[in-house]
Amino acid sequence: MMRLPPFARLAPRTLAEAVEMLADQGPGAAVVAGGTDLYPNMKRRQVEHHALVDLRAVEGMRGIREEPGGGISIGATTRLSHLAGSSAVPRALAHAASVIASPQIRNMGTVGGNLCLDTRCSWYNEPEDWRTAVGFCLKAAGDVCRVAPAKSHCWAVASSDLPPVAIALGASVRAVGPGGERTFPVADLYRDDGIDHLALLPGEIVAELLVPPVDGLRVTYRKIRRRGSIDFPELGVAASVRLAPEGICEAATIVLGSVASAPVRCREAEDLLAGRPLTPEVIEEAAAAAAHPAKPQDNTDLSHVYRKWVIPIHVSRALQSLS
Amino acid sequence: MKVSLTVNGARRTVDDAGESETLLQVLRDHLGLTGTKNACEQGECGSCTVYLDGTLVCSCLVLAGQADGAEVTTVEGLSAAGAAAVQEAFVEAGAVQCGFCTPGLVMAAHDLLAHNPDPGDDDIREALAGNLCRCTGYQKIVDAVHRAASPTTTP
Repeated sequence: MMRLPPFARLAPRTLAEAVEMLADQGPGAAVVAGGTDLYPNMKRRQVEHHALVDLRAVEGMRGIREEPGGGISIGATTRLSHLAGSSAVPRALAHAASVIASPQIRNMGTVGGNLCLDTRCSWYNEPEDWRTAVGFCLKAAGDVCRVAPAKSHCWAVASSDLPPVAIALGASVRAVGPGGERTFPVADLYRDDGIDHLALLPGEIVAELLVPPVDGLRVTYRKIRRRGSIDFPELGVAASVRLAPEGICEAATIVLGSVASAPVRCREAEDLLAGRPLTPEVIEEAAAAAAHPAKPQDNTDLSHVYRKWVIPIHVSRALQSLS
Repeated sequence: MKVSLTVNGARRTVDDAGESETLLQVLRDHLGLTGTKNACEQGECGSCTVYLDGTLVCSCLVLAGQADGAEVTTVEGLSAAGAAAVQEAFVEAGAVQCGFCTPGLVMAAHDLLAHNPDPGDDDIREALAGNLCRCTGYQKIVDAVHRAASPTTTP
């Protein structure tokens, strides 16, 4: 039996009410929307929350809207299946949503939940009795990282599919908290720390994802996993390029998922593409450089050696599809 | 905690649901509807699949309080919702071994066919990706969905 521990469930009707409830509950409270990741984690006793602020019934937080000034706003409690089936959003973003988990999970899981997904690790996402037997880790109740015991750093992996492609699209997050609201690039939502992986201020709630007009930007997302469905990514590759009429790459963004505790930008590879045509030689050069900032650890399904090795292959395929 | 919901068309009320109990527990433990199976309890196996307000979900990941006021269809109510053909196809194709995963698979197959009356193999496999069967190799289950989609043309 994997039963939820006791907790209080609060169901605000407005975002302002949600922010207030979360602040009132203090540390140890959390927000929940789909619950497809949080509830299993609570059932396995990886995390404890004395109160959950349920965002499902919050008005105006669900749905996809075109913004008056161009671009698209995606409410944080929009279901992943809705995003996957939407023709209003960039195709790469809908594709990334469509390859998350299973149909049932996509029907429940939300955009905000995927953006804020807890980091994962093969030493952490295990039942309590397993972790009791093997030993707890830094991220939950232990004092040592089982992946890299020499350092007091948690290497749990950012394993969500939307952030890399959202960053490649130049998207932003609007967050609302006790101190007001702020809008910032999606990349700034993350810290490369497996435990404290979100750079939200205390009490802040992600309210929406803002995607700017695509305006000729070519974007793609590739997900690498053991099975053709249901699995978390072992590697995610998002790439976007803006090509001048004569085929010269004016700007490129390459983002890797599942190689660190935050999405990883491949700046060296991006610089190699800037001002050059996307010929096979240029693509190979950039793809090789894209692997440089990635240091996958041995803490997910497929081996870290394999996950590092295939980065240039999939970056190359992503760039080829955009050329 | 009191939870009122409509299950398979009938209004039901549970007076003593726990705040951290799930819809799955409400259905099985409070209402005695044991067609919906309890297996992994973490959204991986799909054996607890039901419709919640017309959407296919894992009932193990829905809180009882979240289901208050909702309309739920379980496998027991699926025939009335037009899924008899799916259930018959599972029997005819021999897509059942121990049967534990079957209610969830029937729910997922019904949902697929409601959205896509003539699915290909890939559509079927993706639609059933959230439902694990530990007995079979899935082939007869895929056959059953094809059979349900076009009962007259499938051998």
